Amino acid sequence: MCLAIPGLLTHIEGEDLQRRGLVRFGAVQRQVNLALTPEAQVNDYVIVHVGCAINIVDRDEAERLLSLLRQAAAMEEEREIP
Amino acid sequence: MKYLEEFRDPALARVVLQRIERELTGPRVLMEVCGGQTHSIIRHGIDQLLPQGIELIHGPGCPVCVTPIACIDEAVALAETPGMILATFADMLRVPGSDSDLLAARARGADVRSLYSPLDAVRLAQENPRSQVIFFAVGFETTAPANALSVLQAESAGLDNFSLLVSQVMVPPAIEAIATAADNRVQAFLAAGHVCTVMGYWQYEHLTARLGTPIVITGFEPLDLLLGIEAAVAQLEKGQARVDNQYARCVTRDGNREAQALMDQVFAASLQQWRGLGDLAASGLRLREGYARFDARRRFSPRPATTETRSDCRAGEVLTGRIKPDQCPHFGGRCTPDSPLGATMVSAEGACAAYYRYRPLAQAHHG
Repeated sequence: MCLAIPGLLTHIEGEDLQRRGLVRFGAVQRQVNLALTPEAQVNDYVIVHVGCAINIVDRDEAERLLSLLRQAAAMEEEREIP
Repeated sequence: MKYLEEFRDPALARVVLQRIERELTGPRVLMEVCGGQTHSIIRHGIDQLLPQGIELIHGPGCPVCVTPIACIDEAVALAETPGMILATFADMLRVPGSDSDLLAARARGADVRSLYSPLDAVRLAQENPRSQVIFFAVGFETTAPANALSVLQAESAGLDNFSLLVSQVMVPPAIEAIATAADNRVQAFLAAGHVCTVMGYWQYEHLTARLGTPIVITGFEPLDLLLGIEAAVAQLEKGQARVDNQYARCVTRDGNREAQALMDQVFAASLQQWRGLGDLAASGLRLREGYARFDARRRFSPRPATTETRSDCRAGEVLTGRIKPDQCPHFGGRCTPDSPLGATMVSAEGACAAYYRYRPLAQAHHG
């Protein structure tokens, strides 16, 4: 029920309670309400739950975490190759 | 899809698993609070990949599962009142009430709709001005802002045929109830990432200080879950108890202030009954006085014909982690997704449904 999916915001229209946008999830595009994320801009990734964007994905955080893990994976590999 | 698939990378998952194995010195019991996390754990077999010393207990974080039977009975009674359209999320339709469910009400002629969003229910009310549209608003804090938004949209559209049957629940009181139960075994909690996306985690700092139990904000993909488990194990090994945020791409300490403000405008905290946990103070939401006309209970005083017949369902014990789904004598036999005894077998996020779907061996053993 708390399922929320990240998608790319491609278009914005309307304002306040009716602020909405088009969000692309892979090959699927859906209309999403943006009233809860008034600062969301086109090209942001937003996280969408029951038709509402509940936040903007922090891309720097995502990349930082993945690059740390990739470094750790590379180090493990080196350790395993004698 | 971006920001999902990268967090399912098996090579990176292996790295985190190895780190957990190195860190762990003894048996540890963790609870993932959210049913979405339970589903992901069972689906990806994460509990079976972990070192044997780690036990995951599945928590009560499935709103469909914890909605009290009395609420389902109210929804059925409203749906069967002439002139009403009862709309809700698809999962709610098959949850057994005392002696019926919404799908059966629909079969008897009631107008019951399953919708993706509460905002769709507002549109439904606009399109059906002669009917009363009632949205059965269940959910955790993740869903509360969208439910609040539906009320504000209905108000701004001047609708007088839209209302909510509210059964909202909140995570921190449930964590507290579980951690302070006399027979609690949970040593650390993986908190629900999307609840915290809305609410932030400042509340959990007070909670963790009071309980002395580590809380790790955790996401839903395999890597997210493993990183959450790693952080919880690390705290337990060092004897620490604080809040760690392992879902920082979505969660900040403050959360989404805009969403919280809308929630607070429409709803106030209230006593809430939970299946499995009983009555918990300030663990639910009710519509504020200013929005009483959007409150289906006040407007229509639903009077269910029957209330709470005895059930053999042991969902209460499953929801509090006292038994695993496949330890229930009815699992896979009398109780299956096609013929469920209770909500935990119905909901896509219910622990029983997850075990049934992804653990064929457990099923064969019982069935």
